[in-house]
Amino acid sequence: MDGSSSGVDKTMNLSDAVRRFVLPGSTVSLEGFTHAIPTAAGHEIIRQGITGLTLVRMTADIVVDQMLAAGCIDTLISSFVGNSSAGSLGEIRRRIERDDPAPLRFVEYSHHGLVCRYLAGAKRLPFYPIRSYFGSDLPSVNDELRVVTSPFPMEDGTLEQIYVVPPINPDVTIIHAQRSDRAGNVQMWGLTGVQAEAVFAARHAIVTVEEIVEDEVVRSDPNRTIVPSHAIDAVVEVPMGAHPSFAQGYYDRDNEFYRAWAGISADRLQLAAWLREWVYGLADHRAYVDHLGGDTRERLRVGSAPSLPVEYGTRIGR
Amino acid sequence: MTTTMSPSADVAASVEETMTVAAARALVGKHRVFAGIGMPTLAVALAQQTVAKDIEVIYESGVCGAHPSELPATIADAVLITGSEAVLSMPALFGYVLQAGRIDVGFLGAAQIDRYGNLNSSVIGEWSHPEKRLPGSGGALEVLANAREVYVVMRRHTPAAFVDILDFCTSAGPERVEAAGGRPFGLGVTKVFTGYGTLSRTGPGEELELTEVHRGVDPDQAVAATGWPLRTARGLRTIEPPTAAELNLLRNQIDPKRVYLR
Repeated sequence: MDGSSSGVDKTMNLSDAVRRFVLPGSTVSLEGFTHAIPTAAGHEIIRQGITGLTLVRMTADIVVDQMLAAGCIDTLISSFVGNSSAGSLGEIRRRIERDDPAPLRFVEYSHHGLVCRYLAGAKRLPFYPIRSYFGSDLPSVNDELRVVTSPFPMEDGTLEQIYVVPPINPDVTIIHAQRSDRAGNVQMWGLTGVQAEAVFAARHAIVTVEEIVEDEVVRSDPNRTIVPSHAIDAVVEVPMGAHPSFAQGYYDRDNEFYRAWAGISADRLQLAAWLREWVYGLADHRAYVDHLGGDTRERLRVGSAPSLPVEYGTRIGR
Repeated sequence: MTTTMSPSADVAASVEETMTVAAARALVGKHRVFAGIGMPTLAVALAQQTVAKDIEVIYESGVCGAHPSELPATIADAVLITGSEAVLSMPALFGYVLQAGRIDVGFLGAAQIDRYGNLNSSVIGEWSHPEKRLPGSGGALEVLANAREVYVVMRRHTPAAFVDILDFCTSAGPERVEAAGGRPFGLGVTKVFTGYGTLSRTGPGEELELTEVHRGVDPDQAVAATGWPLRTARGLRTIEPPTAAELNLLRNQIDPKRVYLR
């Protein structure tokens, strides 16, 4: 048997991956539920000045505030626009509250509603039923939340009314993960959120990873793969690519920066200065990590807690 | 200073500590709790060592059976994952666990609550151009729709937060679900822990009423701080102050660094 053949090598640098797959005016999903947020990719979108995007992200947090301030996003589809108990997101509040400096089209969901949109998208279904939204005011501000009648009677013979949400099929989904092989077999542990569904729903997918590993590393633990290579178009090695969020087992969340963002984003000039210093003024994410400095990297360093290996077994020739 | 170290520790119990203890005691007989960070996490940790030893907390991030080495800073803190019993994906957490009705008690907070426990966490003012844009539902809408019952934590008990009419209903209780043509599943909000006391009801159709006050609180203070005509329960009780054992657990084991308890 052929033990060596690997898939196509899809590794590229972040600049090329973003230029090729994130087109102006397209629909882009960035997923990562507090863990493994693809921040470096968001910054590269800002650096390339890509505009007119429809951005899909369950928890629109700091990276979304930054992309809004940089003028990348016209429409935001989200179920939570907050900074995880660390204060407000200044730019998103100015955009929504005062159209300042420009209106934002905001399509508001709840978490499970967006999960179901990804599920419908991943399965190429016309809609997905969900036991939410009755009695909420959300359907009055989001006409994509609609009611259908179940074709199957309940025990009492009546037909249940149920909300449905439409599929979402992003032009490109970008996720960050701990590791991948060169073909794009993505391995992740810790919080895996909705990343697999967001990738399968998309037309194209980019994964940024802490490290690209040899094929045998992936194949030693295939159940760790959350997305197989056939669903991935580009693999980009970006160490600390999720900062200020974390990568389980690699570095911790930068809670100091989360708290600082409320102050930075409250003032548009300070936010603009931040973007100049940390995004526009740096060539790439390697420069960003250098700029963070050794003290910050040391502060975010984590101790060791390895999993025990499992036994997959081999066929014994008899 | 020596007097505050006395075993009759109720003299030193803060409002936060008393609220946490009241919430923990309300978890007797409960098994699976959906909790956010802060006071709900502390209340569950205290209940695990007092009234509900087999209680399991499930976090919105997907973590079940967390055994953190220190208090988590967020519901997705790395310390919740390391050593936990299970980490679920979002479709599993929201679909199989929450929507399927496996949660006994969900803890929620909100910017506004009305007399039936409907909640607003979206906006103050009009949705399209609000005075203040708030984070929105997250999973709160699904927690209120699907948990068996919901406990709400509202540290600030003010007329701006306890309102006659919500600016926007993010998360609907069973009365609103039914009125809109849906099938309600849980009891909705059954307890609200506030800086003045506890508001309670047993289920749909009932208004929340003041059932407990913190020691030293005049019930009229709570009524005056509520934007609807809050009824005081017959048999209104004073919350039994935290015991020395409860305070010892909270201060020396559960939150020794005073991350949440001040």
